[in-house]
Amino acid sequence: MPFIPHTQTDIEAMLAAIGADSIDSLFDEIDPSLRDVDISALPDRTSEQAVTRLMHERAAQDSGGLCFIGAGAYEHHIPAAVWEITTRGEFYSAYTPYQPEASQGTLQVVYEYQTMMCGLTGMDVSNASLYDGASALAEGVLMAVRANRQSKAARILMPTSVHPYYRQVARNICANQKIVFETIDFDRSTGTVDRDALARWAGEDVTALVIPQPNFFGQIEDVDRLTDWAHDNGALAIGVVNPLALALLSPPGEWGSDESSEGADIVVGEGQPLGAPMAGGGPYFGILCCRKKHVRQMPGRVVGRTHDLDGETGYVLTLQPREQHIRRSKATSNICTNQGLLVTAATIHMSLLGPQGLENVAATCAATTRDLVARLTDIDGVEAVFSGACFHECVLRLPADAKTVLAALAERGIFGGLALAEFYPEIGNAIVVCATETKTDADLAAYAQTLADVLSGLAQDDSMTLTSAKAKETA
Amino acid sequence: MSEPLIFEHSRAGRRAVAQAPSAAPTIDDIPAKLRRKTLPGLPEVSELDVVRHYTRLSQRNFSIDTHFYPLGSCTMKHNPRACNTLASLPGFLNRHPLAPASHGQGFLACLFELQEMLRTVTGMAAVSLTPMAGAQGEFTGVAMIKAYHESRGDTERNEILVPDAAHGTNPATAVMCGCKVVEIPTDKDGDVDIAVLREKLGPKTAGIMLTNPSTLGVFEQDILEIAQLVHEAGGLLYYDGANLNAILGKVRPGDMGFDVIHMNLHKTFSTPHGGGGPGSGAVGVSKRLRDFMPIPVVGREGQGDAESGAVTYRWLTEADVPHTIGRLSAFMGNAGVLLRAYIYARLLGRDGMTRVAEFATLNSNYLMARLKGAGFDVAFADRRASHEFIVTLKRQKQELDVSATDFAKRLLDYGYHAPTIYFPLLVPECFLIEPTESESRETLDGFVEAMIAIWNEAKQDPAILKQAPVNLPVRRLDEVAAAKSLDLCYRPDDQSSRSAA
Repeated sequence: MPFIPHTQTDIEAMLAAIGADSIDSLFDEIDPSLRDVDISALPDRTSEQAVTRLMHERAAQDSGGLCFIGAGAYEHHIPAAVWEITTRGEFYSAYTPYQPEASQGTLQVVYEYQTMMCGLTGMDVSNASLYDGASALAEGVLMAVRANRQSKAARILMPTSVHPYYRQVARNICANQKIVFETIDFDRSTGTVDRDALARWAGEDVTALVIPQPNFFGQIEDVDRLTDWAHDNGALAIGVVNPLALALLSPPGEWGSDESSEGADIVVGEGQPLGAPMAGGGPYFGILCCRKKHVRQMPGRVVGRTHDLDGETGYVLTLQPREQHIRRSKATSNICTNQGLLVTAATIHMSLLGPQGLENVAATCAATTRDLVARLTDIDGVEAVFSGACFHECVLRLPADAKTVLAALAERGIFGGLALAEFYPEIGNAIVVCATETKTDADLAAYAQTLADVLSGLAQDDSMTLTSAKAKETA
Repeated sequence: MSEPLIFEHSRAGRRAVAQAPSAAPTIDDIPAKLRRKTLPGLPEVSELDVVRHYTRLSQRNFSIDTHFYPLGSCTMKHNPRACNTLASLPGFLNRHPLAPASHGQGFLACLFELQEMLRTVTGMAAVSLTPMAGAQGEFTGVAMIKAYHESRGDTERNEILVPDAAHGTNPATAVMCGCKVVEIPTDKDGDVDIAVLREKLGPKTAGIMLTNPSTLGVFEQDILEIAQLVHEAGGLLYYDGANLNAILGKVRPGDMGFDVIHMNLHKTFSTPHGGGGPGSGAVGVSKRLRDFMPIPVVGREGQGDAESGAVTYRWLTEADVPHTIGRLSAFMGNAGVLLRAYIYARLLGRDGMTRVAEFATLNSNYLMARLKGAGFDVAFADRRASHEFIVTLKRQKQELDVSATDFAKRLLDYGYHAPTIYFPLLVPECFLIEPTESESRETLDGFVEAMIAIWNEAKQDPAILKQAPVNLPVRRLDEVAAAKSLDLCYRPDDQSSRSAA
């Protein structure tokens, strides 16, 4: 029997020890009407060999293609050692470290992870991770409402330059908490938070301002000015960051134009660029860091360093009185998971890259994207929508319907980016493209050539349609 | 012996060169004030340093692969390796979540079939796979219940009934969804107190959250009556799937009358716990909640199977699920976990799923009988155990002054992960023990021998238990000190513990 070790002798001996006639009789407290189930629609069991074949076929269906899509999930080289070690059974098949003496491996990894995230973000404290970047933003918002006791309005200023899906998730998760989300438009020329739109909220009761860095368009926000604005207006500053970008960009702990600025209050983000494969959308992990004064409002698990009976160093889950299994209905969140395996991978990933390696990756991504943008905007009718610096994504306007162009590119083996019309109809026929360190000169050239071909093909189709339309008119 | 932190292995200028681009190209268009001034605080180590350090750390863990891990309510069963190997094929790992569905038909086919299998085995009308953990599945369920009532103009319903034996996530979730929690006591047999339930039901009842079998390790005997009462009062029933392993393929929540359930795929469908995640909290719904499911859901068009090429799969969106509570993760939940669950479900098949419940229950009842035979006190001794049961060490505490914690720590010395302790809160000095179906009779017998040996030690010298563990990398850790002087982040220039609050 798959994954069940019992022999017939075992079964008989065990039933005898229980004093039962059959395994079925162990279910005799259940109403008989419930015990007659129809599960005939389930498939028969499949051998490991047959499942292996099936999964290889299905994976092959999804293989191939040069990916220039970013928009919250990024293709990076992951060192071989990362998942070799992460999938060791001792990490892979362990539970939450509720017995710390039997879980020092997992606990020390998390403590090291927390330290690395503090190093990267410049914040005082990191938790042991949340589900993903989008849900981390929702938790960050809920946390800000708890932490900003001066504010009574539960009002969150949410720039539209934040990932559209993150905005949706934050709203959905906060839906029943009487939190008001006010959108802040973006500047049409820079693609960053619009100063005037923000200024309208000056002097109002604002609980927190969300600050993306880089933002969904790939543009770099003036985080110092935004952080100053938040603090000048009694609001907390919630950074939403790509952790890889922080190898190049100023850490949220230092945001604010003044030396004495306290920096961001809460930082959230998607951890995927740190060692998690794209994998169709998950599992990834959510980052959440904060100032030490807010630590007791922080959701999720956190690991602390302590000592044992002999005074030796050891690690435990701490601050548990915030959590659901102790506080129940008064907990800071219902969350009781961290993405432990992904945190393990990220910790190994960051150790292997080190400070210099991480900077090299980030800078190479930025340079590759600049190269790609230069090549694509050489094509007639393709232009960058925004001015100002980006990190490793950029919004381009196309001379033809974006969805049609992307579909034609996909047919030729290139995933050219994400069409923005669905989320930002005001920008028109635009796509957001991304090129990470994984893309070579040849890859960029292939994209540029294919795009040029596709566009000229579409232009010809158009002119033929026009010609035939004219011909009809004349007739 | 402690293992130094990776930061303590760090030496300025050391690098594992091969894994990253060799240099940082100049990026001169980012304003200097928005640039990082100093390199981030990460360790500078070689690849061998990294491999050795994290391999050593892994060896400081208990895990299913190395130890019996009878943690009640957590379903620590064998994680078949094929699930990881096959979910990690490059075609799946390298797929961007926003790549067109036309280039993800293999992945979507797996997810669609998983939805169908989960729907069938739980007796629900439809399944959404997106919730990323049990607690998010609970959130999804209660949010759907709330949205359902509101869509009918029934806006006064804001009370969620929760039995006092429930997991802490239940009341925490109800509050996150803007509901009030009404606690229902447990009767002497471990069932929900029906008399109190009747009193508490009313026009404000949004629903009830139930775990069945309950966290007390018994099947709710009056479940059909409870379902009828709650429905008559206008409320909906939420099934917390934490204990689905106990009934998989034997009894279905849909047949019991539940309107929404969450499944912990990391428990029942054997995806890895990973030291605390990722989980997966897929939800199943009855017909009346189908239009409220979170997106994305996978839909199928055309007839036949995936191999015939006559069908295509696509993401269902707001247009297909008109009252959806929306998106709860950036993309598709913990997609890779779903693939692992799918592979596991295919390896089990129909009969294999039923055997999960049968042998989990056999192992649990056997272990309970053996411990009872050895003189341990079992809670609800007259009831059948489900896939888990409770031992109370109240007598040992009174007679020998050894607590459940002392027993638990000594079990670690014997090479067994401790059961869940002090939960459920109703039973004093308790062990909640869940052996799961994948353990052999010899393993269970070994555990019984260890429990007897520890009890004997307690009779001779309780200090042996109070000093435990002594065979692990560290001895008993001071959790009070950890909370009192918080040290959550290593600072190399300050070796002593750092106060963060």
